[in-house]
Amino acid sequence: MSLLRLIVLLAGAALLAACDSEQNDPYPAAERGQAILYSAFTERPKHLDPAQSYTEDENTFIAQIYEPPLQYHYLKRPYTLIPGAAEQVPTPVYYDAAGKRLPADAPAASIARSVYEIRLRPGIRYQPHPAFAVGDDGRPVYETIDAAMLAKVERIADFPRTGTRELTADDYIYQIKRLAHPHLHSPIFGMMAAHIVGLRELGDALQQAAKANPDAWLDLDRFPLPGVERIDRSTYRVTLKGKYPQFLYWLAMPFFAPVPREVDRFYSQPGMAAKNLSLDWYPVGTGPFMLTENNPNRRMVLDRNPNFHGETYPCEGEAGDREAGLLADCGKPLPLIDRAVFSREKESIPYWNKFLQGYYDASGIASDSFDQAVRLAVGGDVALTDEMQAKGIRLLTSVRTSTFYMGFNLLDPVVGGKDGVGEARARKLRQAVSIAVDQEEFISIFMNGRGIPAMSPLPPGIFGFVEGEGGINPVVYDWIDGRARRKSVEAARTLLAEAGWPNGRDAKTGEPLVLNLDTTGGGMGDKSRLDWLTRQFAKIDIQLVVRSTDFNRFQEKLRKGAVQLYYLGWNADYPDPENFFFLLAGAESKVAQGGENASNYASPAFDRLFAEMKDMDNTPQRLDIVRRMNRLLQEDAPWVFGFHPKSYTLGHAWLLNRKPNDVANNILKYQRIDVAARAAARHAWNAPVLWPLAALLAVGLAILVPAVVAYRRRERRNARGNDGR
Amino acid sequence: MFAYLVRRLLYAIPILIGVNLITFALFFIVNTPDDMARMQLGVKRVTAEAIEKWKAERGYDKPLFVNAQASGVGVVTETIFFTKSARLFVGDFGRAEDGRDIAREIRTRMGPSLAIALPTFVLGLFVTVCLALMLAFFRATPLDFWGVVLCVAMMSISGLFYIIGGQYLISKLWRLVPISGFSAGLDAWKFLILPVLIGVVSGIGSSTRWYRTIFLEEIGKDYVRTARAKGLSELAVLFRHVLRNALIPILTGVVVVIPLLFMGSLLTESFFGIPGLGSYTIDAIQAQDFAVVRAMVFIGSVLYIVGLILTDLSYSWVDPRIRFES
Repeated sequence: MSLLRLIVLLAGAALLAACDSEQNDPYPAAERGQAILYSAFTERPKHLDPAQSYTEDENTFIAQIYEPPLQYHYLKRPYTLIPGAAEQVPTPVYYDAAGKRLPADAPAASIARSVYEIRLRPGIRYQPHPAFAVGDDGRPVYETIDAAMLAKVERIADFPRTGTRELTADDYIYQIKRLAHPHLHSPIFGMMAAHIVGLRELGDALQQAAKANPDAWLDLDRFPLPGVERIDRSTYRVTLKGKYPQFLYWLAMPFFAPVPREVDRFYSQPGMAAKNLSLDWYPVGTGPFMLTENNPNRRMVLDRNPNFHGETYPCEGEAGDREAGLLADCGKPLPLIDRAVFSREKESIPYWNKFLQGYYDASGIASDSFDQAVRLAVGGDVALTDEMQAKGIRLLTSVRTSTFYMGFNLLDPVVGGKDGVGEARARKLRQAVSIAVDQEEFISIFMNGRGIPAMSPLPPGIFGFVEGEGGINPVVYDWIDGRARRKSVEAARTLLAEAGWPNGRDAKTGEPLVLNLDTTGGGMGDKSRLDWLTRQFAKIDIQLVVRSTDFNRFQEKLRKGAVQLYYLGWNADYPDPENFFFLLAGAESKVAQGGENASNYASPAFDRLFAEMKDMDNTPQRLDIVRRMNRLLQEDAPWVFGFHPKSYTLGHAWLLNRKPNDVANNILKYQRIDVAARAAARHAWNAPVLWPLAALLAVGLAILVPAVVAYRRRERRNARGNDGR
Repeated sequence: MFAYLVRRLLYAIPILIGVNLITFALFFIVNTPDDMARMQLGVKRVTAEAIEKWKAERGYDKPLFVNAQASGVGVVTETIFFTKSARLFVGDFGRAEDGRDIAREIRTRMGPSLAIALPTFVLGLFVTVCLALMLAFFRATPLDFWGVVLCVAMMSISGLFYIIGGQYLISKLWRLVPISGFSAGLDAWKFLILPVLIGVVSGIGSSTRWYRTIFLEEIGKDYVRTARAKGLSELAVLFRHVLRNALIPILTGVVVVIPLLFMGSLLTESFFGIPGLGSYTIDAIQAQDFAVVRAMVFIGSVLYIVGLILTDLSYSWVDPRIRFES
């Protein structure tokens, strides 16, 4: 009887506890009512060191913490650079080989040096951090941390004393030197060493020093870098070889954010790395937020930096921003939230359901939730489903600054033609394939319409992208009735016949044309995609053989040029056509140079135009060159231009000032939360359903009681089978 | 017993070397040091020079097994295999390829893994043994028949289904607990209830059926009849006699997994956002982090060996007739 009483008591207690609404709230009750943004991340960031971080997963965090000299305007499109920590966007000054100053419009060939002078805004201060803590004697408190002190420390917050100091030009210079640090393996070192005067030599010197004393801290101030010069406490100058206008975009990335020498020194002390106390784990910046909890296995927390210098919300944007309420917070001091909590969600189902319960403020749309979230109208327009609309959820769409493509390896004798069927035949073959592979169908079937067909390497938002008739790929499309229409399969067959493969067979030998596609397939849905692709080739009687392999072997095949066709994509580093066209520049050939041109496309005409275009400012002349380059690529068809993906983001009604931005990452400071609206919605959406517990209890009793009765009856039964009464 | 233990521990050394060798060979058949470098450095703008530097810094520029350039013992010791394996035997797991301390990471993640695995194990064992004894008690009745049918049905369902179904019903529809997440503090219970419940339920089918078979085998033996003839209640017969005598086959399957509870569950941790060792291993495999994979396989092997030794020891505990002869 006592056991039954205990069960009833426990069940009663559980029911009483469950009567409170939001039993499913994954956050501490103390956080309710606070201006906290809740989001999630799927991939654990590998690096948070600004010299190493390159991926979007990493920049989501460090872009909120570090302040590079420049940043992108949050609302304006096309993407516009504005000052970040710098007072203004620097204008480069050009010099010839003799050191004579040149005018701004001097030809790129005459420019031997470009000098960017960056002056910082005064009064910018670092987040509180123990590396800045100084004692009464003015010396850093944690200059020498002994084992006893370190034993008491597990997190950076365990250091009892913190301090701050003003941002200086030295911090930016120190970080540029860190790009050459041999232990950091900065992904942009090789590229920047080709531009910043003396950076390669600095890398060599640091390599030597590190080899001589592998465990010692490298004090970068002891190593000169002639290309980066301190002018005064708030001004520094970067000297580049030749002309490189894209450098301004790099100045908006965390690679060029400040790192104070004392912070580097602080983290280099013995025993720190073993406790994950490093710049890679606990970044230190001047930005609007600071990382206060770093548990990339569970959650990462960004808190408002109390020393942030008072940037305000923008007061101008593009057309429609005011109507969308994006200018309502004009002039308000940033950031507009106190904290951002990022929880790790490795699976899409829990992520999506928590979003629907109001526990995440925004979400993407996974393919298995697409039909629940969005419906496609007949005309291809997208709208939220009734369920989403009833919750007040908003849909934000934007075409990403990315390009996905199927490339031909032009070193191959069949699709490249050199030392084989001939370049003219191969070109027609590539054009025929470009027509046959129906990207519109691919986007519709496999991407739920989330993409637009690519006409060239350039996605919308990049200088040189042209919409409408002027921007179509005339090799693949015709402009009919005000829209681009893919040429017929017959046109592709004609091209194939002209290439010497009528009906997909060699005109001389009668052998069928077989092409090989190398891919990293193997995941769910890949088979149907590859089957679809095989059918696209079959439309023009080409036999496609799919060679699936793992990522490493695929990369190796690309490096060796052992592929015929392959699939790849590219996300823009910065909004400039150079960042896409370089993927097809001869100097970037994958096989010959180990570069990014996996098609090994080498067109002297294209390379000449590329060399001219890459150093130009965005002028009408540059636009003309970009168009000519596009035309060359469309004619040569080294890629089957695939698509530019569209990002669909859902946001709750209480998440304000949200605007898609594919280039900038430091957007957290602009977001605002209507805390009261969120609390009300969560309360309304998360009332627990208790009857299943009662039903479960009833079912349990329904099984238990007869079982107990049967047991007792059996216990009372005698050997003859009577119950003994 | 001491001699037996020493002998078993000595046997473990070649086993561990063999496991390490196989892990090493399998990993490097699939991945080259170049691949690992590319994975760590990223695919964008990475240069051949950067790859060489990365390899040299981490010792992946050496030959895999035999260093023909070296002399003396250096032929064996100046290889990737030796330099990466030798330290494991003194408990030094080194650093992950991204520079983070593996031992620290394991210490941090062990707690969450155990927080799920231990209650699931204990509760699951208790529930399944009770259910199996109940079915054995009601043997040859409709309850037994339908119980077995239900067990077969439950063991035929994928573990993933239990997780997704449980999350859908309990967290999404009924909104009783959070769908996923973890908290190290007092709030932890609300994150643990669902994965533990699902872990217990998903294990009921196979374990109950297995234990029932064991109990039924025991229940027909003479000592059980004697116990009944003594007038003992059926509960006393089942729990005091049948269960005790059926422990050897149960322990064979149960004790060996106790040390492995530290290793966590790959699927459960992934779906419930538990920052344990299971998800650590999966992340490392996906990131081609050989240092972590090697360390986790090594620890898994050590724990498995410990589990086997504990199983042997437990035999003598439950059955005094079993003695360890040297």
